[in-house]
Amino acid sequence: MADSHHETNEHNDVRRLHDSKVANPLLRWIDQRMPVISMIQLEYGSFPTPRNFNYFWNFGALAMVTLAIMIATGVVLSMQYAAHTMLAFDSVERIMRDVNYGWLLRYAHANGASMFFIVTYIHMWRSLHYGSYKSPRELLWMLGVVLFILMMATAFMGYVLPWGQMSFWGATVITNLFSALPVVGQSIVTWLWGGFSVDNPTLNRFFSLHYLLPFVIVGVTFLHVVALHITGSNNPLGIEPKTKQDTIPFHPYYTMKDSFGIVVFLIVYAVLVFFMPNYLGHPDNYIPANPLVTPAHIVPEWYFLPFYAILRAVPDKLGGVVLMGGALVILFFLPWLDSSPVRSMRFRPITRWLFLLWTVNFFVLGYVGGKPAEQPYILIAQISTAYYFAYFLVILPFLSKFERPLPLPESIAHAVLSRRGGGPLPAGATAKPMEKA
Amino acid sequence: MRRFVPTLKAAAVAAVLALAPVAFDQGARAAEGGPESGHDVIKIPNTDFSFDGIFGTFDRASAQRGFQVYKEVCAACHSMRHLSYRHLTGIGLTPAQVQALASQFQVQDGPNDNGEMFERPARPSDHFRRPFANDAAARAANNGALPPDLSVMVKAREGGADYLHALLVGYSDPPEGITIAEGMHYNKYFPGHQIAMAPPLNTDGQVTYVDGTNATVDQMATDIATFLAWAAEPELEQRRAMGVRMIIFLTILAGLAYAVKRKVWSDLH
Ligand code: HEC
Ligand code: HEM
Repeated sequence: MADSHHETNEHNDVRRLHDSKVANPLLRWIDQRMPVISMIQLEYGSFPTPRNFNYFWNFGALAMVTLAIMIATGVVLSMQYAAHTMLAFDSVERIMRDVNYGWLLRYAHANGASMFFIVTYIHMWRSLHYGSYKSPRELLWMLGVVLFILMMATAFMGYVLPWGQMSFWGATVITNLFSALPVVGQSIVTWLWGGFSVDNPTLNRFFSLHYLLPFVIVGVTFLHVVALHITGSNNPLGIEPKTKQDTIPFHPYYTMKDSFGIVVFLIVYAVLVFFMPNYLGHPDNYIPANPLVTPAHIVPEWYFLPFYAILRAVPDKLGGVVLMGGALVILFFLPWLDSSPVRSMRFRPITRWLFLLWTVNFFVLGYVGGKPAEQPYILIAQISTAYYFAYFLVILPFLSKFERPLPLPESIAHAVLSRRGGGPLPAGATAKPMEKA
Repeated sequence: MRRFVPTLKAAAVAAVLALAPVAFDQGARAAEGGPESGHDVIKIPNTDFSFDGIFGTFDRASAQRGFQVYKEVCAACHSMRHLSYRHLTGIGLTPAQVQALASQFQVQDGPNDNGEMFERPARPSDHFRRPFANDAAARAANNGALPPDLSVMVKAREGGADYLHALLVGYSDPPEGITIAEGMHYNKYFPGHQIAMAPPLNTDGQVTYVDGTNATVDQMATDIATFLAWAAEPELEQRRAMGVRMIIFLTILAGLAYAVKRKVWSDLH
């Protein structure tokens, strides 16, 4: 230690070294020159985190774990997969039968996509419910929306790769949406396809992009976390931590809580992979793609169904495309649409119920998205679409003008301890280090 | 107790959200076989299979009989291009049996040094011999209908092995008022009820089982469904066994992780 101070004073060129506190000399040598160890210490060790997270705060870590699993399984699958219309279906079956544990890799990847969406949807729901999108976390939220859209693109293109009937027809239907754009529509579709229908060039580019986009997701995730570590986390009360009493170091408290969450997540994931690996898939995707036979129902994967319902809610193709795009784009504006200064729905007595209704409404959209486009589903889809948008465009901007929020707690520590102790704190209790209540 | 309340609430909401895929999926499933074809949705009867349930395994004898049915009946029209003879050790054939079996079939190989293709007896590593050189030949021999490949048939139909069994025993004369097109056959369980495949299993004793089992139509249908279920998911037994161990391991790990978490957090409570 003293040694390094000595150095710092004597040699000019060493003065710029990072003032590392790492004890191990080798690690310190590295850390002085490249302070990643200090950074991890700071951002994941001592990082002050609100003490009152509930389990909804586990889902960000779970999304990261899923992303890692997807990349690991995907890279290995790619070693055996053949991106050619004549070979793709057979190569996937070969992976399932003749590659050691190929079935495990492929089922882990296919169901991993579903787990990724489950986890991300819950993560986003958490942000909506506790107002995590509000100032100062607007950019953090917007980066999250970017991640969601990138995930959708990645999963859509991944589903095309096994080149089954749903792969082919799903790709045809979705890429065809761009033809609704005026003037340039058809040219864009031809450009996307690399030809005049979904064919080998389409499969090739989708594979290339499907390999690329997850790494873009890694990059944006990094920015998402950088933004998070500037503003700090929100929490179920939606009030900012004020004193040291309100926060605890990330490690060991949340590292342990996240570890527990990850194991529970893995149990759910394992049930899917080992016992019902095809449950969330569509049987038609085990029929090789055939451009001459259209399946009776072309349904996207479950995670797209709410947006698919919005797409089909209006009879006009362009209108549907605009609405579906709008349903995603509107999320970018959410921080400015919500006019209430209060974050957490816990303290918004009316909005809270309207938000829960919005949640139910989202399920309804998912349900009708899987139904044929006929009555009464069209009508339901229209009403649900209207409410989806009304929540963002009418309720959030205007309701807070009339809604009177419940009184906010004085501080996080105050709220936590009074709940635990069953009564108000004696004065001064918040100033003491925490003890068993 | 009270401090568990928020956790419980959060868990409840998370559970509801996690059910979303199931809910959505049910919607999508119920839509299958829906109104576009104008026909009623027929419920597929459940057949008791050896491989049902979490601990089910393939009845090897049944799967071998099923292979015999495939070889003697279905293979006249249907390929199974994802299977090789060597895979049959998975239903309990010995390597010697596989060798002997494969050599009964002639497959094309080549070109040889003179640039000519030639026929030779199949080896265990060869894929199942296909009945037709290509789809056009298959259609030509079947009134224009294409007999689909059966390798993953069980995974490619709603209802899986139950559907397959039902389809094979589901032939009958058409009900009053329904006319069947030329060359088509009435089948209660086929979507649209008109199928181009003539009833492939139509008389008891059509196959003489080497193990002496009485070959009723129902028995043959159960056996071929078992064989095709194995063919579609040869990894099923290994997968489930691994799953059981995995879940036991993870459950213990979850218990430990929770205990450690509680311990770590106890100084805050
Ligand atoms: C004489 C030729 C022939 C034989 C023998 C035959 N099939 Fe078929 N099979 C067909 C044809 C043709 C079709 C296509 C029917 C259609 O699309 O209408 C078909 C379709 C099928 C289907 C698909 C049904 C669906 O849901 O689309 C299955 C499953 C099937 N056969 C199983 C079998 C089994 C099992 C056997 C042996 C027990 C068998 N077939 C024997 C010609 C045959
Ligand atoms: C954001 C992460 C990812 C998502 C959401 C995702 C999603 C998907 C989906 C839904 C499928 C179709 C599965 C099926 O039904 O068979 C798929 C297939 C595939 N993916 Fe990914 N994927 C991701 C990352 C990756 C990465 C990083 C790679 C390669 C490096 C990769 C390589 C493949 C390959 C080769 C297939 C075809 C094999 C198969 O169909 O099983 N994936 N992906």
